Amino acid sequence: METQFAGILTAILGAPIVGAMIILLLDEKARDQVRWIAAFATGISLALGLLVFFTYNIDDGQDAASLHNDANLYVRESGTLRPALVEEVNGELVRITDENGLPLDRADLTELTERPSFNNVEIVYSGPIKFQFVDRIPWIGELGISYQLGVDGLTAAMVMLTGLASFAGVLISWSIEERPREFFAFFLLLTAGVYGVFLATDIFLMFFFYELAIFPMYLLIAGWGWVELREYASMKLTLYILIGSVIALVGVLVLYFAAGSFFRDNPELIPATSSGAYSFDFNHLYQAAQLGAYDQAGYLSSLGIDGLTIARFWFPFVFIGFGVLAGLFPFHNWSPDGHVAAPTAVSMIHAGVLMKLGAYAALRFGVQLMPDGARTHLPWIIFLALVNVVMGAFIAFRQRDFKYVIGFSSVSHMGLVSMGFATMNVTGMTGAGLQMFSHGVMTALFFSCVGMVYDRAHTRDLPSLGGFIKKMPIVGVAFILGGFVSMGMPGLSGFVAEFPILIGVWKGIPAEVLDKATTPLTGELANYYAYVVMTAVLGIILTAAYVLRVTAQVFFGEFDAEKYPEVEQRPLLIQDRVALLLLSFWLIIVGVQPQILTNLIENAVIPVADLLKYS
Amino acid sequence: MDINTNLVENFIAIMPEVLMAVLALAVVYLDLYLPPTQRRTIGYVAGIGMLAIAALALFIPTPSDFNEQLMWGGTIRNDDLAKIFRVTVILIGGLTCFMGMGDNRLRYKSEFYTILIIATIGASLLSAASDIIMLFVALETMSISLYILSGFVRLPQFPTPEEKRFANLSAESGVKYFLFGSFTSAFLLYGLSLLYGFSGGYTNLYEIGPGLVGGEHPTAPIIVALGLVAVGFGFKVSAVPFHFWTPDVYEGSPTPVTSFISVASKAASFAVLTRFMLAVFPPEQLLPEGIQSISYSEWWVQLFAIAAVLTMTIGNLLALVQTNFKRLIAYSSIAQAGYTLIGLVAIATGNNAGDGAAAVAFYMVIYAFTNTLLFGCLILFTNQTGSEMIADMAGLSRRNPWLALGLTVALLSLAGIPPAAGFFGKFLLFRAAVDANLTWLAVVGVLNSIVALYYYLVVIKVMYVDRSAEDNLPIPIAVPYNFVLAATAVFVILLGVLPALVVNLATEAGADLFFLP
Repeated sequence: METQFAGILTAILGAPIVGAMIILLLDEKARDQVRWIAAFATGISLALGLLVFFTYNIDDGQDAASLHNDANLYVRESGTLRPALVEEVNGELVRITDENGLPLDRADLTELTERPSFNNVEIVYSGPIKFQFVDRIPWIGELGISYQLGVDGLTAAMVMLTGLASFAGVLISWSIEERPREFFAFFLLLTAGVYGVFLATDIFLMFFFYELAIFPMYLLIAGWGWVELREYASMKLTLYILIGSVIALVGVLVLYFAAGSFFRDNPELIPATSSGAYSFDFNHLYQAAQLGAYDQAGYLSSLGIDGLTIARFWFPFVFIGFGVLAGLFPFHNWSPDGHVAAPTAVSMIHAGVLMKLGAYAALRFGVQLMPDGARTHLPWIIFLALVNVVMGAFIAFRQRDFKYVIGFSSVSHMGLVSMGFATMNVTGMTGAGLQMFSHGVMTALFFSCVGMVYDRAHTRDLPSLGGFIKKMPIVGVAFILGGFVSMGMPGLSGFVAEFPILIGVWKGIPAEVLDKATTPLTGELANYYAYVVMTAVLGIILTAAYVLRVTAQVFFGEFDAEKYPEVEQRPLLIQDRVALLLLSFWLIIVGVQPQILTNLIENAVIPVADLLKYS
Repeated sequence: MDINTNLVENFIAIMPEVLMAVLALAVVYLDLYLPPTQRRTIGYVAGIGMLAIAALALFIPTPSDFNEQLMWGGTIRNDDLAKIFRVTVILIGGLTCFMGMGDNRLRYKSEFYTILIIATIGASLLSAASDIIMLFVALETMSISLYILSGFVRLPQFPTPEEKRFANLSAESGVKYFLFGSFTSAFLLYGLSLLYGFSGGYTNLYEIGPGLVGGEHPTAPIIVALGLVAVGFGFKVSAVPFHFWTPDVYEGSPTPVTSFISVASKAASFAVLTRFMLAVFPPEQLLPEGIQSISYSEWWVQLFAIAAVLTMTIGNLLALVQTNFKRLIAYSSIAQAGYTLIGLVAIATGNNAGDGAAAVAFYMVIYAFTNTLLFGCLILFTNQTGSEMIADMAGLSRRNPWLALGLTVALLSLAGIPPAAGFFGKFLLFRAAVDANLTWLAVVGVLNSIVALYYYLVVIKVMYVDRSAEDNLPIPIAVPYNFVLAATAVFVILLGVLPALVVNLATEAGADLFFLP
């Protein structure tokens, strides 16, 4: 395996870790230094994340497995794969030949982007995802594990989001007086873990960071959270998240061995970038998926179930296993409790970034590694997502606690992300990616507003709050902005995210995907997608209702100055204002100029859609 | 079967044991001649001597050819597996000497160090034993020494109630350990003698295996012999249902001894268990041509798979309700044995032969260091507070942040959370299970590790979140503790980040067991 080192992603990942180390070595009384170091560390990561975001080369990442790129082509005849070649004729026409140069079919193609279909043979494509800014160093060669970082369009956006949420989180936490040294050290470790999951392109490394994030998260909530709920909620959250991920880990191990034995039997198919037949490199397993290593019938045949494949059996475990972290019904229960119990900055990271991390991992390790499993199972998983959207909104509407409203609104909005994935078309999945970003920033903004109000009012009981916009106008405006985003107001990021998702669901599963589906259930359930979208709209109406209700109750009405004396005594810090401004800015800019994000996300999503169509 | 008759190589192979015997005598000698004021030197001599011997053991060459590895008439096999476990148990022996120096009841007693070194000799030989007689002798050398150490605390002349309680507990645990241990040793001995007979009069493990299948015996008596042997080993690794002694002995023994029992005795037993099962009841691929149809390996695979599930589950469930930290760790160590049994089960049927053994070896190495770290921290805590209760650990992070950090690293490693080494150890075990088509066992394992995470996190929470009235009473860390704890903690993290340091050797050791090049 060749070593590559661009360094920038390692720096993004390393800055918080180094920051945490320095903070732990400082004296306990050096409170201000601790805060500045934390801000500095997350600031470096944010700046580098922005750099990656804006210099990501869109032309170079797209559609890895099409004829354009150096994808490998094979012909499958009676179960075995033979390499095939592409020839360009006159710069336009394409002819596919076998290894001896004999044309496989007379059909000459004029459209380069489309994949040809032939009557007599099946063409199989395989190619890696072209990650950019790659850092790659062998780590544990015996097992095919390497230290590999890289970004595609979606993770570039997610890394930037992590930067925003963590930097804003540090600024919001400026006034924490309870053991700030430990707080910021753990917070930086949590941030590093989150970065690691988004950046890792080796599955072992990804799990390493995933689990690494668990412990600081637990301690942050248990140690600095809301006293009445923190012990219960932190433990619940940790156990929920880990159960999902460890089962997914077993699923990934099964894929690893399936890919390994597949490549061991067909050594000529081993990708050039892999070190051997067995590898945890994502692209290694991804190409095995394209070549059909997980689709061989007869898995668990001893149980007497016919036609089961590895992909079809393990997909729900991996997808829902990570979906737990994305708050997928019926495993969403940890999330409102966890968000309410957590200190403000951790709520921001948690609802803002960690839930996206679950959705991202479900897409990457579920859908991208097991496309056939996705075709089989996503059509029913969309109904779980629908329950998320509608039920989350209903419950949010009924809450008396300010923070619980936001907690359940996250459950509702994250349902839209899973729904977008389940459309299996480019529109819906792009919308899902946009929603991940938009909701991340929005919910971070929400939680920071809630935190600022609660810090001064010491209650989150909605009926007893009121009139805060008079005393805290910036917070009020920021909250209302977030509320508009949440409702899907045009001109803001929520609209550009939610609208494509609904369109995508309305369009339904693409015909090619349905053709490729191996069970009749897919086609039958696809007929219900129109009903799904009609019901989901209900959730969006409810969102408007609860957002307006909360805004009215907290920010408008009479302000009771005697009851809440601290509001006057403790004005907002400059750091708080910067954080609010930073987050609000992105909500507006993405709403006005969605291309800066859509281009990147499409870049990552189109290969997924192609995969679902062709592999 | 050929054996290595080169006298020099034979002597070099047992050099660590010889040196340890010399060291044990030297400790007794020092005790007789040193004035009481310099008694502290004894601990240093024993500890540093052991560490030096461990370093030596690391560099003892292991021949690559199987017939060259069999030494001393075939009683020991000097291969990489033996090397890993021998180095580990000797290192742990050395660290335990240092830990003993921190315990008032053991500090100035040269008998403690002597018996500990003898127990280590037993454990070290057990890791390499390849003959049933050597196996039994080594096992008993280790066990009898540990029975004594477990009941080592004596009643002082004018005991405080607390001292009285500890002395009683220690005596009880010594007797309990002895009764249980000798009972199961009898089972083991009976099983071994049956195997001796059925194989046609062989004592070498590598001759018994082919002898058993070649003898055309009915299956039932051989399975009985397998069961009897499994009882003996099951007791040593505290597998359910032979685990009842564990919490009482762990709680009653002086903490350094508990640490040694939980680590070295278990590691050596797993080493010999791995070797024994593969040699005596080999899977098909290890049998000579022509008689492969009669493999008994499926029996022990099933037996230990059930044992693994029970051990993990019962250990973890019972740990949930513990309030005494030592008892918690006792049940946790039962559960850890359960995880390790997964690796053992995966040995026979793995597609990549040897990965299971590599996983067991790696896990035992990191488990050894993790538990040593854990008990080392506990001794310091108990010395200062006189308590072993979890609730009394409240506010520990304020009383001594480094001590709390050390305990946290150890607990996270046991729970399998990176960057501590336990994550990679568990990963290897579950990986081996999936490879061996035992995915269900891996699923049981990961679910169990979630249950376990609960009680480990509760302890961490108590240390970091809960407050106590004694928050502002610091807990000092004395020399040589700071070195021992720092070294083990760094090692636990280091192996979590760079596991290749041990994994490569472990993989070779696993392949060695299958006679692969």
